[in-house]
Order: sequence, then C-alpha cells, then structure tokens
Amino acid sequence: MSEQKQGKTFQVNKTYAEINARIRAGEAVVVTADEMVDIVRQEGPVEAARRVDVVTTGTFSVMCSSGMFFNFGQTNPTIKGQKVWVNKVSAYAGLAAVDAYIGVTEPSENDPLNQVYPGEFRYGGGHVIEDLVAGKKVLLEVKAYPTDCYANTKMHKEVTLADLPYALLCNPRNGYQNYNCAVNLSDRIVYTYMGTLKPNCRNANYCSAGQLSPLLNDPLYRTIGIGTRIFLGGGVGYVTFQGTQHNPAAPRGDNGVPIRPAGTMMVQGDLKKMSPEWLRGVSLQGYGCSLAVGLGVPIPILNEEMAQFTGISDEEIFTHVVDYGYDYTNGVARTYGKVSYAQLRSGEIEVAGKKVPTAPLSSLTGARKIAETLKSWIQQGKFHLGEPVDYFPTADFSFDKPEPQE
Amino acid sequence: MTKIFLLSYPKENSSQPVICQLVKHYDVEFNILKAEILPQRDGYLILEMKGLKENINSALEYLRSLGVKAERIAGRVHRDEKKCFQCGACTGICPVGALHIQQPEMTVVFEPEKCTACGLCVTGCPVRAMAVSFDPATEESCVMA
Ligand code: SF4
Ligand code: SF4
Repeated sequence: MSEQKQGKTFQVNKTYAEINARIRAGEAVVVTADEMVDIVRQEGPVEAARRVDVVTTGTFSVMCSSGMFFNFGQTNPTIKGQKVWVNKVSAYAGLAAVDAYIGVTEPSENDPLNQVYPGEFRYGGGHVIEDLVAGKKVLLEVKAYPTDCYANTKMHKEVTLADLPYALLCNPRNGYQNYNCAVNLSDRIVYTYMGTLKPNCRNANYCSAGQLSPLLNDPLYRTIGIGTRIFLGGGVGYVTFQGTQHNPAAPRGDNGVPIRPAGTMMVQGDLKKMSPEWLRGVSLQGYGCSLAVGLGVPIPILNEEMAQFTGISDEEIFTHVVDYGYDYTNGVARTYGKVSYAQLRSGEIEVAGKKVPTAPLSSLTGARKIAETLKSWIQQGKFHLGEPVDYFPTADFSFDKPEPQE
Repeated sequence: MTKIFLLSYPKENSSQPVICQLVKHYDVEFNILKAEILPQRDGYLILEMKGLKENINSALEYLRSLGVKAERIAGRVHRDEKKCFQCGACTGICPVGALHIQQPEMTVVFEPEKCTACGLCVTGCPVRAMAVSFDPATEESCVMA
C-alpha cells in the first residue's frame, strides 16, 4: 500500500493543530463542498487552500451495512442471553452475557419476506434503531440456557434507549465512494436495493450525493482515516477503520476520483446522542429493510491538493450504468456507459442511444443540510477536527504526474 | 382546466350509464383512470375531467343529483412531510409526474392535483410517507369531504 505523505512539497501547508486553533479562536473559514466548487473555480486551488480551512460534506441515504451494539443490563437472577429479539427483530447475541448486535437489514421474525412478491418488509433492525432514537418503547425478549453463574433462562420487558446501559451505532460499511447507476434491461420489473426498475430500461436510479459526498471529496483518503471525527446520525461519531469492501484499486479518472464503487468507511458513535431525523428505518419494496443514515465528514484543507480534490464538481464525477435486470444478479461485469453526476441530476441520461429518466435515491436536500450543520458546528467552535492516527489503504495518485487535470 | 375526481355511486345507481349522459349533455372530456363497480356494492370511479370550469361544475351538479358523490382525488392522497426525507425514489415510480424533482435545488415536490391515486408510491416510498386513503373495501365508512 502506498504511503499517504509522499514527500511532495506544497505551496500551502497547514496542520490539524493550526486549523483546530483557528476553530477555537472562531477564525476558521468553513465552506460546504458545494461552495468549494465555485471557490476553486474562481480562485484556483492554491488561493482556495490559503483561504479555506475546512470543507464540509454530507450524505443521507440508505446504508445497509449498519447496526447497533447494545448492552441491555442484567436481570436478577443473572442471564447469559443466547437468543435476543427487539420488537421481534432478531439480534446477534453470541457476545458477552448481555451484549448484542442488531443489524439494520434483519426483518422481523414474522415478516412474510418475498412470499407475497414484491414483499413490503415493513419492519426491521433499522426501524428498531429509529424507534429507540425517537424515544419509543421497544420489546426486548431474551432466551438463555442456565449456567451456575447465569441462572435465568428468559427475559421479556419493554425498554427505551435511556434504559439501555450502552448503545453504539456501529456501521461496518457506510458512505460508499461512488455507486452504480442502475437500469433494468430485462422485460420484467425488478425490485432491487437500487429501487424499483421498470423493464426495458425505462428508468435509471442513482445513489450518491456526488460533489457533496464525503469520500468523493477526499478520493485518495488523504485526510479521512482512523480517528476522523464526523457528523453521524445527527450526533458526533468517528471513522474507526476502512469499511468492508473498501477497494482503493477501483478504476479512477484523471482527477483521482473513482468511476466505480471504491472506498468505504466503518463509522461509529454514541446512539444516545443521535436523532431520529438522521436515522430512518426504511422498507425497500421487494428487497428488504435497512436504515437511511445521515453522515457528514469535514475535510481539512491542508494544502492545494485537498483544495483541488474538494473543488471537483458533479460534471467531473462519473459512474457506470449497470443492468440490474440480469447482469448484476449473474455477476456479469458489463457497463452500459459512463455518465456524470451532472447528467444524472439533469433528470435524463442516454443509455444505448435511448433517453432514460433518472431518479436519485440519496437525499440531496438532506446531504446539503448535513454539510451546513457541520459547517455551523465548526464555525461555532463546537466541533474540532480529529487527526487520523492511521490511514486507509489507498492508491498512487498525483495531480502533477503526466500533466495537470484537463 | 383538468381535475381528477373520485366518484362513488350508491348500489342502486351503479348500473346507470352515467358517464354516457355526461358526455352527451356537458362539454367535458373524460378519462377513466380506475373503475371498480362490484355487484351488490357501491361503485367507484376515478375520473379525469377536462373542460371549462362551468361545464365541469354543472357535470358535477348532475352527478350529485343522481346520488353520486364526487370529490377531488387530491384530498385523498397525502404526503407526510415529517416522514419524507426527500430521497427521490418515488420520482422514478410516479407515472404522472405528481412526484418530481425540482431543479436545481433537487427537492422532491408533490403536486396532488396531478395525482391519479394509482398508489404506486405508497409501497415504493422507503419510509412510507405517502398515503392514499382510497380503498374500495373500506370506502363505505368514509365521510365525503
Ligand atoms: S420516496 Fe418517500 S421519502 Fe423519498 S422523496 Fe418520495 S415521498 Fe419522500
Ligand atoms: S398515487 Fe403516488 S405514484 Fe400514483 S399518481 Fe399519485 S403521487 Fe404518483
């Protein structure tokens, strides 16, 4: 894996400590990734890096690899939970006596799944998390086998988030850096995690906040690493590792931005400080349950390279059109063309010479609100940057290798 | 103007050729979007009417005189603004563009006037923010607005 600091010299050099000192003094210049696009266009990356200290990003969409570690407290006599359900949604209890993990895609026990196709998947792990954060009572059921030190075999009680001694939102893979644009070239409707896709390529769905998306603003993971402090579910969280399926080797454009799904983050934070506005249980028709997560990452503008990265706009971020009618399910790696996020946002793209209407699955108004919220937290001195103690695996890249971008 | 109505017929009237009468006597264009007329049950019809306001109004008067209840469908479809998180998934599902993206803000707009109460968005919305309170099975208990 390549080293992050490649011994390159920059005209602008800032440290985390300097930026944090400016935040503390109320002097930091903070802009959103939307605003940064114009700033870099007008002033160039060097001037922009001199002037701007932090660029805030945001994304609010369905993020399947999410869940919650929780401890539900002991009973009298004590219990070593073996099977655990919250509102009839099964949690994994193969941990310590009263620890468990509930995943957002777990449907409730009596869900008819896809037996009546397309299934509705009304309630699952994501809804449990939303209900807890909203302060609602949930039904906790525990089954156990007795031991000499844990004699109890059953527990059945209503609890709220406040009753749980510990609740950690812990998402093994969030904030996918870029994602496919989905179409359906088969002759039947398909219900996917990319939404409902009409037959014969009559709609195209995409799911990324584009120029506002965290990892698209730091495409080589120069500043997002282990220990980065973030906006998570309306509270404060941390990037704790690269996420599952993190793939820095994905193909990239001349600007370093991947044109395929690439990097991911594992994130976590205290669920008790989060808000139901930014954690929403979702039911994807015909597919399953999940959770929509609001996530925002501040990017420190340490040098002109970070200014250039954060200045990249929707016109310069591309993704591939992938068929979910046959190809995706059958592992066929085929692309139906490359489209930019600017094209996707325009409401129409061209696939194989045919005009196809597009729909987003990722909330852009939500993403913007997160970037603005993070910006105001930093401006008010309520939020400081966390300097990574280690970095994600990355790829070699430099803007000034063969020739500058464009 | 174009308006979409939900017509509900009492049992006794279901078989009357009401629509034919409308076309004959009032200068209004019709488009039947959905019809459900079950034997021994009240009948329902979702009807788009296109024409001058006066003509639509007199057509409605006539319908009411026959005991047919008519109400704007817009009142029967509702988006829970608190639930909606503006993802946009419904904009790819709605066949008539009643749910659509407003450029350049990228906000998801709901225009009840265009809605035909097809119900596709109800299960298509991941957070169930859309509700169509038109269900023939329970219609009898509904109070007409
Ligand atoms: S699918 Fe539901 S949540 Fe998403 S924009 Fe439409 S109404 Fe709102
Ligand atoms: S019910 Fe929903 S999908 Fe159908 S027309 Fe109305 S808004 Fe569109």
